[in-house]
Parts: sequence; C-alpha cells; structure tokens
Amino acid sequence: MTLALAADDRPYLPRGVRVVEDRVRGGKVLLAPEKAIALDAIGVAILSRVTGTASLAEIVADLAATYDAPEAQILEDVQRFMMGLRARMFLGVRP
Amino acid sequence: MNVLPPIAMLAELTHRCPLACPYCSNPTELQAAQDELDTETWADVFRQAADIGVLQLHLSGGEPASRRDIVELTAAARAAGLYTNLITSGIGLTPRRLDALEAAGLDHIQLSLQGTNADLADWIGGYKGGFERKMQVAHAIRERGIPLTLNAVMHRHNLDDLERTIEMAVELGARRLEVACVQFHGWATINRVQLMPTREQTEDAKRIVAEAEARLRGVLAFDFVPPDYYSDFPKACMGGWGSAGLNVTPNGTVLPCHAAETIPHLTFENVRHRTLSEIWYDGDAFNAYRGTDWLPETCQTCDRMEIDFGGCRCQALALVGDAGATDPVCRKSPQHFIVRDIVEAAASEDASDFVYRGKELERLGRRCQSKQA
Ligand code: SF4
Ligand code: SF4
Repeated sequence: MTLALAADDRPYLPRGVRVVEDRVRGGKVLLAPEKAIALDAIGVAILSRVTGTASLAEIVADLAATYDAPEAQILEDVQRFMMGLRARMFLGVRP
Repeated sequence: MNVLPPIAMLAELTHRCPLACPYCSNPTELQAAQDELDTETWADVFRQAADIGVLQLHLSGGEPASRRDIVELTAAARAAGLYTNLITSGIGLTPRRLDALEAAGLDHIQLSLQGTNADLADWIGGYKGGFERKMQVAHAIRERGIPLTLNAVMHRHNLDDLERTIEMAVELGARRLEVACVQFHGWATINRVQLMPTREQTEDAKRIVAEAEARLRGVLAFDFVPPDYYSDFPKACMGGWGSAGLNVTPNGTVLPCHAAETIPHLTFENVRHRTLSEIWYDGDAFNAYRGTDWLPETCQTCDRMEIDFGGCRCQALALVGDAGATDPVCRKSPQHFIVRDIVEAAASEDASDFVYRGKELERLGRRCQSKQA
C-alpha cells in the first residue's frame, strides 16, 4: 500500500491520537500511542486543518492561500508530513 | 547541567500478576500488596507528573488490572491531562471493566503476547487458560475500537513463530506490533540461558520484520527491539539516564529505570516523602548518570556518545560489576568478551526449564551462584 494521499482523500486523526497544549514546555504536541511529538508551526498549521471532512486538495489550497505560497511546494510538505504520520498509523484516511 | 522535564512515566501500580513470565522485568524481590500506594496517592502522583511535564503515562505492573481501583486510577490520570496507556496481559479485563475503562478515558492498550497458541503461551506465561482469555479480551478491545498495540516478547522459544505473530497482530486489529526481544533484566537474567535466541534466529527476525514492515505499510506499524547481545552497539537507554522518563514502583519509590534498583550504591527516594519534581531534578539516583561527563574513556572518544550514552547502566552492572562502565554489549568495550562468552555458552546449552517469576527463586539462586563460580 502506498502511504501517499490522493487529492480527494480526507485525512483524520484516529481514536487515540490528539493534539494538545504542552503547558510545561509550551507549544503544541501530538499525543499518540506511546509517543509524543512536539509540533512546529507548520505541523500545527497542517493538523489544525485535518478535520476528517476536508480533502488533501482543500487543505493544501487553504494553506497556500493563508501563507501565500505556491501550492506545489505546500503539497510536497503536507504530503511528506502526512506520510510520516500514516506510516506510524497516527493518521487515518477516508476516500 | 540543564535538566529537561520528563516526558513519560511508568507507573508500576502493583507487582501482583496472575501470570509468571520467566522474563518479567519486575525485580526478583517483588513488593507485597499491602505496601502499594493507595488510590489517592497515585492520583496525586499523576497530577505532580503532569505538572512537571509528563505527557505519557504507562499504567503497568505486574498486572495493572489486579488493582481493584484501575478504573479510578485511569480517570485520575486523564483528569490530570495525561495520555493513558494500559500495559496488560489482559487477564482481569472483563467486558464490563473495559467499558468502564473506556468511559474513564483510557487512550490505548498495550496487550502482551507470550506465544501464538495456547500450548506455547500458557507454558511461557506459566498460567493455564491464559491464552484463551487473552484472545477474548483482544476481541473485546477490537469491538470497542480501543487503539491496540500487541507487545510480543520474543526469545529462543517463540522467535520461530514471528511470521504467525505478525499475522495475529493484523487479525486482532492492532495498529502496532512491538517485536520486543527479551532484555536481560529482572527475571530474564535468571533465565538467560533458556531465553537467549540464537544468532540465526536474530538474523531471521531482522529480515522478517523488514519484509513485513514493507508489506504492511499503512496497516501495521512496527517497533523492533533486536536482541542486544548480538548488536555491535548497545541500545540507547531511554535517550540517556534521567533525561526522558521515570518509573514509580508499587510502594512509591521513584527510579530512573525499572531495573535501577539492581545498582547497589544508588539510593532511591519515595513520593511519600518528597515531591516528584524534587526527586526528578535533585535526586541523587537521577543525577548519578545524567549527561556524559561520568562516561569512561572508551565512550568519551567515541562519536556515538550522544547517540547511546554508553548504553545500559544496569547491564554494565550486571555483567561487568560496575554501573559506570561502558555497556559490554558494545564491541568497543574492553569487557565485550563477557557478552561473547554468554552468547556462545547459550548456543551450546539446551535449557528449556524456566524459572517462573515469583516461584522457585531460592532453588535457582543457588544454581546460579554455583554456575557462575
Ligand atoms: S511480564 Fe508476565 S509476569 Fe511480568 S507482569 Fe507482565 S504478564 Fe505479569
Ligand atoms: S564506546 Fe560507548 S559511546 Fe561508543 S558505541 Fe560503545 S557504548 Fe556507545
């Protein structure tokens, strides 16, 4: 199975994976089974758009508009980030 | 030294367990039920942990479900804002209790797997009927959709079933499989000869895991802990001593690692007398091997020093007799011959009579001593 998302795939955080405030170190952290990942600004920007209803294409378009950056470059970043999460089973995908 | 806040805490709620795995990481001197911290004290420890930066809480044991208050403890952990992971054999998790744990906000379950069939699993776990009950629990977990990791502890007697173990993880709906080759601490030290995999098994395991990882991408995630006796370099102990995690034993003693009590010159503090924050930042046991300054010359001149921090302190003590030595698993260690000898001796012996956790220790104590002499 390929981990890459198709344009109309809709990613979501499965049960047991959530983003929380790290009140001691500051910033946000992704909590998953036996893992805590500190999120940088890009990670937060991506995951705050992962709603389960928005498609990959919509997420990328939204980010490109918000940060005034070329869609192709944003797509590459988002795809890489999401594939990493998917490999660890931290991200689900609905067609 | 700049000490960072801890990320994870392992709460050994109890040493009681219906199983008796011969590799149990609990100390060979098990604590009794009457010494265990009560519900309120644990709840307070969870809050303190969250306050000093802990994000991940592992509710472990022994068998954590042997605590009658496991549901209240889970609720208290969630209320403190911790990600709660139950590390269990499954025994004692009735459907009703699973419902209650779910309602209490349990995030994830790590279910141990002793073997792939009843004969093997019940022999290894020393508990008849355990495998069947575990399978029932696994199905109940799946029905509820509780995120599941299967933790397969692997050794000489079940490594040949690795392919089947992987299949089972998929069948049971686990998202993650830990292929955890036995680490030689606690009871596993006593059963080292019986548990030591062969070099061939080790090589096969690496290949099988790599193939399965590629095949099951997006279906099952893997965590592979290879048998370190066959490695060139030691495992990085938790990213360095006192750097990421802490361990609280049933009676409230706070340890930098679950086997730390085997290091005789260290003294450990208890949450009944000091705050978790004081223990983490100022405790002698935590500061004993923090950083890298204390490391011997072999490591000081090595480019892997910031990667593995000289390996495991408890293993250095157990095999070299000095907790401050380079982990003898490392091929650069002047004492590496000790590990080589152990591996060779294990290959030529065919021992399959386990000493089960909590049983027969005295008899074995004598046998071990006479062997080492
Ligand atoms: S390793 Fe086995 S005996 Fe030890 S706590 Fe786990 S299930 Fe019980
Ligand atoms: S010499 Fe020390 S730092 Fe280097 S690999 Fe061995 S244990 Fe690690």
